[in-house]
Amino acid sequence: MALIADTLEDALAAIGDGCMLAISREVAGVSMAATRALIRRPVAQLRLVALPTSSLQADLLIGAGCVATLETSAVSLGEFGPAPRFSAAIRAGVIGMKDATCPALHAAFQAAEKGVPFAPLRGLIGSDVLAHRPDWRVIDNPFGCDDPIVLLPAIQPDVALFHAPMADRAGNVWIGRQRELATMAHAAKKTVVTVERLLDGDLLADPMLAAGTLAGFYIEAIALAERGAWPLPLPDHYAADYDHLAEYARLAATPEGFARYLERYVHDRRAA
Amino acid sequence: MTGAPPDPAWRGEELLADVICRLIGDARHVAVGNASPIPAAAALLARALGNGRPYVSLLQSRKHNFFTDGGRELFDCAGQGRIDVFFLSGGEIDGRGNINLVSIGDYDKPTVRFPGSFGAAYLYYVVPKVILFRTEHSRRTLVPQVDFVTAPGTSASNVHRTGGPFALVTNRCLFVFDRATKRFQLVSVHPGHTLAEVIENTGFDFDRPVDVPITAPPSPHALSQLRKVVAPELAEAYPRFAAEVFGTREPR
Repeated sequence: MALIADTLEDALAAIGDGCMLAISREVAGVSMAATRALIRRPVAQLRLVALPTSSLQADLLIGAGCVATLETSAVSLGEFGPAPRFSAAIRAGVIGMKDATCPALHAAFQAAEKGVPFAPLRGLIGSDVLAHRPDWRVIDNPFGCDDPIVLLPAIQPDVALFHAPMADRAGNVWIGRQRELATMAHAAKKTVVTVERLLDGDLLADPMLAAGTLAGFYIEAIALAERGAWPLPLPDHYAADYDHLAEYARLAATPEGFARYLERYVHDRRAA
Repeated sequence: MTGAPPDPAWRGEELLADVICRLIGDARHVAVGNASPIPAAAALLARALGNGRPYVSLLQSRKHNFFTDGGRELFDCAGQGRIDVFFLSGGEIDGRGNINLVSIGDYDKPTVRFPGSFGAAYLYYVVPKVILFRTEHSRRTLVPQVDFVTAPGTSASNVHRTGGPFALVTNRCLFVFDRATKRFQLVSVHPGHTLAEVIENTGFDFDRPVDVPITAPPSPHALSQLRKVVAPELAEAYPRFAAEVFGTREPR
């Protein structure tokens, strides 16, 4: 498959059922176009990992029944309140939840990026977050004395998915100051990106742009998706669609309302 | 802030921002998380009153935020001791300074689920001055014992702990946290509220002086800085809040 896919669906081929999928936080650039396409397919049994939080994206995937497990430090609709489908799924016990804390996710992705098996992190000791994570360990700092510290296993996702302002035709992706997207891509086995536009030229040729560029070397597939973060914002490019997010929060409060939302804005291709 | 302030010269949000600003004190770097307009106003007020210091990082802002190395930079900064003041809240906060941002009831099948811990299970340990802020002061939020400890108020002596709770600001009053006794102490009750009401609405025991003072209102200078300097800065990150409280023009 060409790096620049002909269709969004082609670009998402790497995200199969049971995939461990890393998704970005709202301010970093979220591929909502890809999220809607995955729900239309529909993808099943995703092991979702948010770096380090999620909002509408995780709520939609959970509500649509696409998620088996979720690792994150929070899911919230921000000023539009709690994420209703996430909260309902946790209360019903229908998804496996791994509660984390933001720097733990950053550190675990960085461990994968370095190719090492774990990362140490301060904090956490005495917290119920740690108590509910049998996969995390506490050791005594081998360079200190009576200094307990938490070790986190590296997180190497099958696929990282995000939305970015632009890519060139060689597959280099401009991420600007959203450096954690580079960490996500370095950590994941494959990275799939949707972009606002394709650039004729070489992002790596201009030193000003190269510093904010993720090399095509890390990229599995790119699809063009104009306003692909909608209704979430693409910071520095466009704002969130506040009216739409308010409508989502209202509809998603009930399973019936959520089903109407999916019908109207996900399954109806005009909306995507 | 519940209820109208007794003095129409200032609003409840302005009082709280001023109280928090005074708690910030002499700091080099104050960071404010998402969805925290009143702490953000307080940090910007501290900067306005301090002629450009402390450095202020508002995570919700593009402009008042100097981080360029992704989401991890805040936490790396904090781990090194480069953040002096941060703000946390909790679905539940208990009398020993434990905070709960996760759930109520059985963890595996809770009756209430909150968004999650965010950075609290780390920042509470490593930021020297964590100011707890909760505008709902009730027995539902200020409880004897949290159901889930997202982060403990204090730690065993061998646990690396350079930070922790410093104060708790609510819509009714100001507490400080005493790390030696592991208890909150009531400092002052906000104008328009009473000690009896604070006791009635607090689910945990706390210490208090014999005579509990009324929280001092913002000075005319602080109010003027809030309205002239802070309000337009705040409007970039919190347009709706700034429009409602300060009457800045809403951009959309």
